Formats: sequence, C-alpha cells, structure tokens
Amino acid sequence: MMPETPGYRIFRRTTLVVLTVFVCAPLVVMVTTAVKPLSQVQSGFRWIPTEPTLRPFVDMWSTVPLARYFVNSVVVAAVATVLSVSVAVLAAYAVSRWQFRGRESFRLAVLSTQMFPGVLFLLPLFLLFVMVDRATGLELVGSRTGLVVTYLTFALPYAIWMLVSYFETIPRDLDDAAKVDGCGPVRLLFTVLLPAARPVIVAVSIFSFMLAWGEVLFASVLTDEQTRTVSVGLQSYAGEANVYWNQVMAASLVVSAPIVLAFLLLQRHITSGLTAGAVK
Amino acid sequence: MSTSTERGRAGAAPPGAGPAGPARRKPDSARRTAWRRRTPYLFLIPALLLELFVHFGPMLAGVVMSVLKLTQYQLARWWEAPWAGLDNYQVMLDVDQPTGASLLHSFLVTTGFTVIVVAVSWGLGVAGAISLQRMRAGRGTLRTLFLVPYALPVFAAVITWRFLLQRDNGMLNHVLSDQLGLLDGNAFYLIGGNSFWSLCVVTIWREWPFAFLMIMAALQSIPDDVYEASGMDGAGPWRQLRSITLPMIAPVNQVLILVLALRTFRDFETPYVLFGGSAPDAARLISVEIYQNSFQTFNFGLGSAMSVLLLVFLMLLTGVYLTATRRRA
Repeated sequence: MMPETPGYRIFRRTTLVVLTVFVCAPLVVMVTTAVKPLSQVQSGFRWIPTEPTLRPFVDMWSTVPLARYFVNSVVVAAVATVLSVSVAVLAAYAVSRWQFRGRESFRLAVLSTQMFPGVLFLLPLFLLFVMVDRATGLELVGSRTGLVVTYLTFALPYAIWMLVSYFETIPRDLDDAAKVDGCGPVRLLFTVLLPAARPVIVAVSIFSFMLAWGEVLFASVLTDEQTRTVSVGLQSYAGEANVYWNQVMAASLVVSAPIVLAFLLLQRHITSGLTAGAVK
Repeated sequence: MSTSTERGRAGAAPPGAGPAGPARRKPDSARRTAWRRRTPYLFLIPALLLELFVHFGPMLAGVVMSVLKLTQYQLARWWEAPWAGLDNYQVMLDVDQPTGASLLHSFLVTTGFTVIVVAVSWGLGVAGAISLQRMRAGRGTLRTLFLVPYALPVFAAVITWRFLLQRDNGMLNHVLSDQLGLLDGNAFYLIGGNSFWSLCVVTIWREWPFAFLMIMAALQSIPDDVYEASGMDGAGPWRQLRSITLPMIAPVNQVLILVLALRTFRDFETPYVLFGGSAPDAARLISVEIYQNSFQTFNFGLGSAMSVLLLVFLMLLTGVYLTATRRRA
C-alpha cells in the first residue's frame, strides 16, 4: 500500500479515537456504576467511583428474583438452541444433498421470515397459543415452552444458511464412499457430515443462544412472573421510588458477560457466516 | 435429482451385490428406498412445521384479524368476532382522524429515524473499516472492541444508555454541562423532542458494528496488488479510497443497506427498553404504535391492519430497492 498522506493519517486516527470513545463510554459507565453505592449514583454522575464496593453484585439477587429470571433464561435459551440447531441440521442436510422440488422456495421462505416485523405475528401467535392451550392442555402462554417454540424459529434462517454453505464444502466423494459401504441417509449425516461440521455447529449454537437470550418483545408478552426471563426481568429494578441503577448495571454485566465473551472468542466463526452471504 | 443419485449408486455398487440371493436383496432395496425422492422432505418436516406454526400461520391469521372488529372480549373465540371489512384500513388511513394522524406521524418519525440510523451507521462502518485496514498493531483488539455493542444483549445495552441519558445523574448531562460547560443546566433526553435524537444515537451505537463487520469482510476480498498497482501509478490514499475501495465494496453495500433499513424500520426493542412501554411522541416508531394499539388500547383488529400495512410497505420497499439497485449495477 502507498504511504499515507498526513491528511489521511489524521482522518484515520480521528476516526478510530471517536469510535473508541463512542463504543467505550457506555461500557465504562456500566462497569463503574456497578461498583458504586446507591447514594453515590443518586448524587450526580462521577466517572470514577470514590468508594468502590461490590455490594450491588450481592444485593441484586434480593432486590428482584434475579436468580429465577436467570434460570428461566438459561433453560429457555439452551433448550431452544439445542432444538433449533437440530432442526436446522436436518433441513440444511436436505437442502445441500438433494435436488428436490420446492428447494429454492423453501430457502427463500425461510430467509423471508427475517423480514417479518415481530409485532405482526405476536398477537396471532399469542392467540394460537391460547387455542392450543385450550384444545390440548399444553400450556404455551406464560410458560417456558411457548417461548422455546417461538425462539426455535428465530435462529433458523441464519443456522440453515450457514450449515448449507458448510455442508456444500464437504466433498461428495465422502458421501459416495459411505453410500457404497451401504450407509443410509441418517447414518451418513451422523458419521460423515456432522463430525466435519463441528466448528460451524458451535458457531450456530452461540448465535442461536444469543438471539434467545436477548429477545425482549415476545418475552414480555408470553411470560408471567414465574417464567420471566432476564431480558424483561432487568426492568423490574425500577421500583416506585428508587431505581437501583448500580444494581441494574451489575446485573446487566453479569447476564451479558458470558454471552459477549463467547461471541468474541468465536467471532471469526460466527461472523464468517453473516458476511459470507453478502460478500458473495 | 435423486434418481441420478440412485443410478450413480447402482453403478458404483460392487459387482456381485446385485444378483445376490433374496436374503441380500431385501436390505439393499430398503437402503435404496432410503435415498428416494421423498427423503429430503422428511428431513424438512420439523423446520417446515415450525415455520408454519410460528411464522406463516400466525401471519395469515393476522391478515384475517385485520378485517375483523376484534377487541379483548372476543379474544378467546376471535374467529367469531364481527366482520369489519376494510373498516380498520379506512380508519387508519384517514389522516383527518386521530388514529390516522397518529399512524402517519409514527410513519414519518420511523422514516426519518431509519434514514438517519442507516446513513450514519453505514458511514461509521466504512470509516471504521478503512481506518483499521491500514493499521498494523492493535488491529485485532480494536476490531473486537468495536464488536462488543453488537454482541451485548439489547436489553443490557439499552438500559445502560437509559442510565447515561438520565437528566439528573446521567453521564451525558454531566459531560455537557459540568465538564464542557456547553449546556446551561440539565436537559431532558428521554422525553420531549430530544428523545428522537436519543433513540437515533442508541440505535446507531448498536447497529454500526454490523455495518463495520460487513465492510471489513468486503475489504478483505480486495486483493492487495490492486492497491499496489494504483500506488505505482501515483494514486494517493484518498484517490484509492474513491476509485478502488468504494466501487469494490458496492455489491456489499447493496445488501448491507437493505438489511440495515429493514431492521431499523421495524425496530421495537430499542424504544421499548429505552422509554419503558410508552414512547414519547417524538420517538414513537411504527412498531411501538402497533404495540400500543394492540396491547394497550386492545383494538386488535386495528393493530393487525397496521401490521399488515407495515409488512406490505416493507415488501414494496425491498422490491423497489432491489429493482433500482440492480438496474444501476
């Protein structure tokens, strides 16, 4: 590359400084506020905590039933992830290994669901859940099951897309060899394709878990006090008189840190799928 | 086709496997049926059922509801609600009535919001990506840092911003009035006219890393020798940016801007967490408008009609955009 001109260098450095400050400011506030006592948070903003304390990390569990929200979120996100990745693997297998009527329509239909505004199917889905509830006794509204079923579909477009592209890179020679050995379709999937696709499956799982973990709209309508997830539960720190901002920040940190770390550690795997489609 | 797969398989079968005794033929034909034409559909069934149950079924039901006079009293047996024909559509499109005026207002707010958020997010994404492109040390660290807003769950990110934007003990007022002395006294950011800009800034904070990520990937696909060749011809960095980088990332921009626009236009979670349920007028996005009509005033028929309108609008927008950008390309 050409050596930079001074003007270009100034532009480049300014951009990076501005972006770093913009990105970091909320993150810094989040961390510093989480270690301040409430009195200090309420007496006006200060960047540096003068009396750092870890109390908020202890108190946050008793101000609201955070542990319950946390367990709900873990259960919902984990079950939704396992099921949705399994469903996506089967669908991606069909799309990548067979030419069949409706193949393109299926891919398009799945992709198009990403365009649907959540509010559009929130109410009908809610009513559908009520109907199923009445007809079969399977509780879908106010239960974790309903959330799991909903979240299952959210990661499907990305997961199927990513798995199809990966399966297509696995040479057909392997398939043919396995078929000659008398391997059926199910065994081929489990013995040939899945072991090779392990990194993609991890990436897809993290992505799917993230979607379920962060979802707010459906969680706010489909859960009750017992089944509430952290995405909605965090708002309950705003009491009538006080907002426990230090505890809100501490709780936000604790519930986000694992997922952010997982994403950052696996960023190359996860983002390669997001960008591959567009760059192609 | 699956038939060709079968033929290929039969051809590749070891000699002697075919004319075997009846005992061997049975598992062989069973295996062959397993690779039949029907097989892919079996693997698709779970995904299809889920999509039908969660997306397509409810969407059709939503279209039906939009022509009903549906309130909370008929929810249990919604299909028996009185027929409303196109009344709901008429009500919401009549801009002289409060409902129509309010919808139009939120549509305009959403349009302005989308244009600003997409333009700035894209700009920041490009600026960030090309600035990192020439960096040697610390590139990976900054890239990772810039991705944090994208990885952070929306509720945690937006609730932090909500604290930052508090009037009395928030960070922004502290910086602007106490530290820089730009403001006389503290401003409100979460009510009144400022709330629109707050919503824009918070959404840009969350969205720009996605643009950055896509453009970074696009930049990596530009071979270095293109830059080297143009450098030898005497092109400086600005010239290279204009004549090489920007044209080369154009195809990515086409998809990126569409995805950003669709996501921003139907955003619900940012205003919902930032303002807590009732968004101020200046920042009432169309999704919030629909949510309030459905779940706060319980006029579900009207809410459904608005949702249908929103979907039709997004589909039209996508169609027009793709046609326009393809023709140019």
